[in-house]
Amino acid sequence: MAAILKPMPNHPLDQKSGSSPALTVRGLSIFFGTHEVLKKVDIDIAARAVTAIIGPSGCGKSTFLRAINRMHELNPDARMEGEIRLFGDNIYSRDVEAVMVRRRVGMVFQKSNPFPTMSIAENVTVGLRLNGVRDRRILTERTEESLRMAALWDEVKDRLNDPAISLSGGQQQRLCIARALAVQPEVLLMDEPASALDPLATQKIEDLIIELKKDYTIVIVTHNMQQAARSSDATAFFYLGELVEYGPTTKIFTNPAQKRTEDYVTGRFG
Amino acid sequence: MDNHFDIGLDELRQKLLLMASRAESAVNESVQALMQRNHALALKVRADDDIIDAFELEIDEMAIQLLTKAPLASNLRLVTVAMKVCQNLERIGDEATKIAKRARDLADEPPVKIVLDLPRLASMALVMVKESLDAFVQRDSAAARAIIPRDKEVDALNREMHNALALHMMEHPETIGRCLHWIVAAKSLERIADHAKNIAEEVVYLCEAQDIRHHLKK
Repeated sequence: MAAILKPMPNHPLDQKSGSSPALTVRGLSIFFGTHEVLKKVDIDIAARAVTAIIGPSGCGKSTFLRAINRMHELNPDARMEGEIRLFGDNIYSRDVEAVMVRRRVGMVFQKSNPFPTMSIAENVTVGLRLNGVRDRRILTERTEESLRMAALWDEVKDRLNDPAISLSGGQQQRLCIARALAVQPEVLLMDEPASALDPLATQKIEDLIIELKKDYTIVIVTHNMQQAARSSDATAFFYLGELVEYGPTTKIFTNPAQKRTEDYVTGRFG
Repeated sequence: MDNHFDIGLDELRQKLLLMASRAESAVNESVQALMQRNHALALKVRADDDIIDAFELEIDEMAIQLLTKAPLASNLRLVTVAMKVCQNLERIGDEATKIAKRARDLADEPPVKIVLDLPRLASMALVMVKESLDAFVQRDSAAARAIIPRDKEVDALNREMHNALALHMMEHPETIGRCLHWIVAAKSLERIADHAKNIAEEVVYLCEAQDIRHHLKK
């Protein structure tokens, strides 16, 4: 798979320093009404690495993920404080539109959500077409590139015009990953991307995550700690809206520094 | 209410302690058989080694079952350390068997007229085994660390005995066969101390998540 994982032409990451963090989060608080769901989170997320976000339900991990591409703004009661920088650019700056942020920061959801009336190929290119790309050659090239990167090309190359919903659950999820990759994001956010999949489909998604980190910065929310252990380089543990502990995944899962992390990963609560 | 995983961990710990107690008894009895020239006791130690081997298989099976539940953090360290402690205990049992075999052979021959401090060597090795297991039970990293340098004292005493026996063999060639038995028995006690040291190092890993093996050799 590695051979086909060449960065797309003009990929923004190629023009950035590989050593600086992809995301720099400072003092991030998110409120829904008066409820503070995230509390003054400071975290640097490494570029071209997989960062797992773990924590019990309601700890704020999905809210954190959504804040990275401003999706929490879809909730009218939501309010944020603090700062998130994407390769130095403040994504909450007044002159930055949420749509542009979401193009740079793609999202894959827990439940695969291909557009049901569109074909496989149309699903991949929908983002490009919404961005005004009409050139058939570019659309065809990008379809193949994205499906190859999502490790789906060989399975669908002969039926690109079939409805997307004819695919299996695992294939649909990889199609959603291909769709997110087609607009050449810098960061890929994944909210429990394999929680609805069987073990084999889960393994394919995890293998894909590890391959994709060569070219992308990946942040994955998961309830499955073994998945975090298998797929991620760094792990952040959230609890009650606070970032309790953040460090190399091996350290978090063999010798966490905080008792709350130890209790969570050993199943004593959560 | 404890969850099933915690119950499984506790059973693993209990089983390991039973095995440890068997291994300690085997060493004690083998040394007793050697010093008291007790043929029957030597045979008993050899027969009982099967029980220690069976413990090893059972504990490995329990640990593998726990690993299928993908434990993490201190639970993960405990299961992996239990497997290593178990392996060291099995080898302690093997060394006891070797001592017992020499005890059996020596019991049938006239004693060698040489003053050997084998009881002290045995006592040092046994105390190391006992204290390393206590440190495991109590998760006492400091106690475990204190055991490790004592292995050098055991090595030194074994070397001393080896030299004394070599000299005796040169002066009394008719005792070579018997002296070789004593050399092997002393070497087995030295190996038992090595295994105790290994267990102590595993206890440090269990408590501190620090792998200190081989570092002290630098």
